[in-house]
Amino acid sequence: MRLKMLSAAGLASVGLAMGLAGSPTLGLIAPARAFTLEEFAFEDPAQQAEFRGLIDELRCLVCQNESLSASQADLAQDLRREVYEMMRAGKSKAEVVDFLVARYGDFVLYSPPIKPSTYVLWFGPLALGLLGAVVVLRAIRAKAKAPEEDLSEAERARVAELLAQGGEAAEAVAGPAGKAPATGKGARS
Amino acid sequence: MPNSLRAILPLALFAALVALLFFGLGTDPRKVPSPLVGKSVPQFTLPTLQDPSRTVSDADLRGQVSLVNVWFSSCVSCRAEHRQLMAIAKESGVQIVGLNWKEADKADALQMLRQFGNPYRLVAFDEDGRVGIDWGVYGAPETFVVDRKGTIRYKQIGPIDQAVWEQTLRPIVDQLKAES
Repeated sequence: MRLKMLSAAGLASVGLAMGLAGSPTLGLIAPARAFTLEEFAFEDPAQQAEFRGLIDELRCLVCQNESLSASQADLAQDLRREVYEMMRAGKSKAEVVDFLVARYGDFVLYSPPIKPSTYVLWFGPLALGLLGAVVVLRAIRAKAKAPEEDLSEAERARVAELLAQGGEAAEAVAGPAGKAPATGKGARS
Repeated sequence: MPNSLRAILPLALFAALVALLFFGLGTDPRKVPSPLVGKSVPQFTLPTLQDPSRTVSDADLRGQVSLVNVWFSSCVSCRAEHRQLMAIAKESGVQIVGLNWKEADKADALQMLRQFGNPYRLVAFDEDGRVGIDWGVYGAPETFVVDRKGTIRYKQIGPIDQAVWEQTLRPIVDQLKAES
């Protein structure tokens, strides 16, 4: 009984999660059928490879973490068709990219172009890394330069006394080859 | 650097990071800004939804301020904003031109307009979605505000509700109407 109730709750939560995941925020179209790349064939294998490479570098606007080649969204299929037809018509890769950027913005490119608005994106991590290196180097240097703590006259005398004591004690317990340093430490603490 | 400042620096950096991430939480990554804003509307000629022998073109968007609304009948959010579009058409006098985008069945679109009313002066029928691509459409509903000269001045992504109309679109439309 308990098990049944648990599994019913489990099913309900799965259903809820699926419902949430499937809820359209912008009314985007769900794919009606599975798309394949079979229909986009070129006679020239080099051009075929260029096409596959290009649609791998372009982002699907609907499923934003998928490339045009991977997405099953309806719009992705339309854009693949558009890219295919432009390449069949002899357009260069740059022309196809310009066509899409003019309509959808730099966002269609997985690799954003280097320009003033993307300087932070491109050079920010490098700048942060350099800043971190500078901070670390300065900290290390500061530490190296700092004078070692000097002992006062009284402290020196006490150290000498303790060392002498420790040496005698160690000799007394274990002989000259014994654990003199360990005993010395013990005496200090 | 004074010690007090040095002590506060990590906290300040952390606060800046939190502010940045908080700002990031509030923005919708689905709303991709359109590079077409500020540019002339793309050239197009399409048949109207109601009558294939009549056409709509970019020329219909010149001479007066227009809203170009991208929709299709099975799009839930388009249905949701339909009532608001009816209200805008009635109240503001701005011409609304529909771009019926990738409609699966024309009859459904016509049925929707019969049932809920037709806010559009013209509806272009973009069956294969090619004109939509020229407009940079990636998910209905989208609405473009176009000025008298045929320049796109704003793009609304997602449904128009009363708040969007009152606070965002109407001020832009009013301003464009005031421009000579």
